[in-house]
Amino acid sequence: MAMAHVIRSEWTKIRSVASTVWTLSAALVVTVALGMLISALTRREFDSMSPRDRLTLDPTFISFAGMSLGQLAMIVFGVLVVSNEYSTGMIRTSLAAVPRRATFLFGKITVATALALVVGMATSFLAFFLGQAVLGPHGARLGDPGVLRAVVGGGLYMTLIAMFSMGIAAMLRSPMLSLGVLMPFFFLISNILGNVSATKKIGRFLPDQAGSRILQVVPGAADDTPYGPWGGLGIMVLWVAAALIGGYALLKQRDA
Amino acid sequence: MIELEGLTKRYDEKLAVNNLTFTVRPGVVTGFLGPNGAGKSTTMRMVLGLDHPTSGDVRIDGKRYDQIEDPLRYIGALLDAKAVHGGRSAFNHLLCLAQSNGIPAARVHEVLDTVGLTGVARKKAKGFSLGMGQRLGIAAALLGDPRILMFDEPVNGLDPEGIHWIRTLMKSLAAQGRTVFVSSHLMSEMALTADHLVVIGQGRLLADTSMADFIAKNSRSYVRVRSPQRERLLDVLHEAGITVVETGGGALEVDGGKAEPIGELAARHQIVLHELSLQQASLEEAFMRLTAQSVEYHAHSEAPGGTWAQPVPRGEWGADWKKGA
Ligand SMILES: Nc1ncnc2c1ncn2[C@@H]1O[C@H](COP(=O)(O)OP(=O)(O)OP(=O)(O)O)[C@@H](O)[C@H]1O
Ligand SMILES: [Mg+2]
Repeated sequence: MAMAHVIRSEWTKIRSVASTVWTLSAALVVTVALGMLISALTRREFDSMSPRDRLTLDPTFISFAGMSLGQLAMIVFGVLVVSNEYSTGMIRTSLAAVPRRATFLFGKITVATALALVVGMATSFLAFFLGQAVLGPHGARLGDPGVLRAVVGGGLYMTLIAMFSMGIAAMLRSPMLSLGVLMPFFFLISNILGNVSATKKIGRFLPDQAGSRILQVVPGAADDTPYGPWGGLGIMVLWVAAALIGGYALLKQRDA
Repeated sequence: MIELEGLTKRYDEKLAVNNLTFTVRPGVVTGFLGPNGAGKSTTMRMVLGLDHPTSGDVRIDGKRYDQIEDPLRYIGALLDAKAVHGGRSAFNHLLCLAQSNGIPAARVHEVLDTVGLTGVARKKAKGFSLGMGQRLGIAAALLGDPRILMFDEPVNGLDPEGIHWIRTLMKSLAAQGRTVFVSSHLMSEMALTADHLVVIGQGRLLADTSMADFIAKNSRSYVRVRSPQRERLLDVLHEAGITVVETGGGALEVDGGKAEPIGELAARHQIVLHELSLQQASLEEAFMRLTAQSVEYHAHSEAPGGTWAQPVPRGEWGADWKKGA
């Protein structure tokens, strides 16, 4: 069975390069550590908060604060998994072994996605539990309404970010170009669009903003987002699908 | 068997491969010869389905490359030895290729042993020398024990021992009945390995012939004679009805393969000879004469009426590219 062979092969590939370990462990460590730090700061300031702020305090979301930075490591992981093939020239060897390009690309993406999902879920649960431990009396519990959804959603969010990056890298091929597009996009453009009132309505349909809606348990007071947590994640899934289809379409018609 | 049918590849303005039709047969080593930029690598990439032909078709035993189930078991190729992730060990590189085609891992150890890389199997490929990288590429080509093998300039960067090893390997693969297709820009190298010859220049087919035929047609032999009594010798040869070409440095060249009659003739007329030797025009020269045609074609197409382009004397091979024009 061709797909099973390709998946075994891609697993060997992904586990035998150093970048897999350091990108994924960076994603986990950065997300968890930064989440704990922000949780600790919140706990210290809790007493001086206004009653309204205390009421809308979202301890789950606070423990995920590190994801905004940790996702960058997930982006690097997604980009490198795909663009390594091009930057090393390995792509020609790979496509000679697996000439059906859909099988090649989706085999690779399946393996990388499965790994990102495991690490993403571990990251999300760890960030939640350690964050809540730091928040102490102000923390949430996994059984509270909406919390489990947010924690599982956090793992899915990290996974989808990696998948989106794989699609972009499949389109752009060069690791530097892909990172040069994705990093400013997620770190600057999305933030700017989302925080300027004129562009906010557009900004919230961007993949990271729509997808991160699921991380919130207590919506902000002035929340007028036109989609719910799963709706937001759905919007992100559409972005991911578009990136992967674009990546496949280009891989199929291009010379290797 | 690899069959090319009107295979053409255009990159934007550049016609890299132009209407190639030929067949690579099993049981012999087929040399694929052409100067730099002739289109050898492009042709080989199209055989593997890596580059899409602009027009025309290439079939492997009747199938398109992407229709072959587990292609590494069918056709093994070394295109670019650097097409390896440098951070991966030689073993893992071969293992991931083997797994993708359902080849048992034991085979990885076998090919590592064949190419002599067992000792460095766990080392990262980026630390490999040029020759070791080449051997790793050959190991990958042999991995699936394929019936067809294709090598793009395999002796690149190899030391004399490595070159000898490759030659022997290719010959033994062909002797086992496999199809061996190997590119080079060195005619002298091909003369030692190839049984059949395909020559291209500027993407066009210039020759498709057996090595023996090529040598027979192209190895002009002549006798070089040198004498202090040059004028007398010329007269004597002329009287005997022997055509002589005067070359620089006072030497004379007599076409044909025998030195004895000339020596005897000179002795009879008591002419002193300082040199009498049988010479063989090299195959390299024949190859250069052949491919010069494609350079001429190139110059004319870009600069019509350009007077700087020296017209190259056209041999019988010139007819090939004229026909297709
Ligand atoms: N991807 C590409 N894009 C544009 N032009 C290309 C591409 N690949 C090859 N060419 C051009 O096509 C021509 C044939 O190149 P190719 O590499 O096939 O030649 P070659 O016979 O393998 O030469 P060499 O002996 O130097 O390896 C060259 O003029 C080259 O510049
Ligand atoms: Mg080449």
